[in-house]
Amino acid sequence: MECSYQLKDGCMRISMPREVDHHYAEQLRREADLLIGAYHIRKLIFDFSGTEFMDSSGIGVLIGRCKNMGYSGGEVSAEHLNERLKKIFAVSGLHKMIQVAPDAKEENTEKNSKGERK
Amino acid sequence: MKNEMKVEFDAKSVNESFARVTVAAFLTQLDPTLDEIGDVKTAVSEAVTNAIIHGYENNEGKVCLTCTLEEDTVVITVEDHGAGMEDVKKAMEPFYTTKPELERSGMGFAFMEAFMDDMEVESRAGFGTKVTLTKKIGQREEENRNGCGDSSY
Repeated sequence: MECSYQLKDGCMRISMPREVDHHYAEQLRREADLLIGAYHIRKLIFDFSGTEFMDSSGIGVLIGRCKNMGYSGGEVSAEHLNERLKKIFAVSGLHKMIQVAPDAKEENTEKNSKGERK
Repeated sequence: MKNEMKVEFDAKSVNESFARVTVAAFLTQLDPTLDEIGDVKTAVSEAVTNAIIHGYENNEGKVCLTCTLEEDTVVITVEDHGAGMEDVKKAMEPFYTTKPELERSGMGFAFMEAFMDDMEVESRAGFGTKVTLTKKIGQREEENRNGCGDSSY
């Protein structure tokens, strides 16, 4: 599966697979939980830059990790959502549970508008 | 002009992507937008996943998928001959799941309803389930008619 995990100082970044459905969800869940437990992860980042498809099985995985991290006082966030994933997050209400980092384009506009205000 | 296709495949999770990609490929004849394709793929994925996890409970079985195009409307059916449901209404409640241990979000039916125009579920405990999903394709035409045709297409 094209899914990779980068660990650094208690922070783990998961590069999510191209398709996050029930088929891929189980392996992802197993591997993530193993690493979270073994390396005392405090901060978890789901990186969706390579993801084109996600369904409610993917939502289940994210909510599950949120709950587990919540018990240990950890943080969870998601990055690089495409339009499709933003819709999935909005329909499921996931954007209220997980902090979603603004994409680079939005960040730039924000910076620009801040600059203008000065 | 009506155009119909039918495929039957094993209830294996690896076939979830096969099912949604097959429907998406067939659907291109109606010239859907990327957003419409995404909606249909998500809904098909939910229905097929339900058949595999809940219908057959990861045991062997066959899932039957049909897709009918008529004018600007797509009708998809996903049928299994597995466990079926006693209480369809209960199963359709958001966040209700019979398999919380598998981290099912309980949003499958809610997603199908949200992404399609219409959803019908026929189920009989011990006999199986048939889900019928309907969606009108034509967002692009409406956009054009409203004079806000998106140049990005």
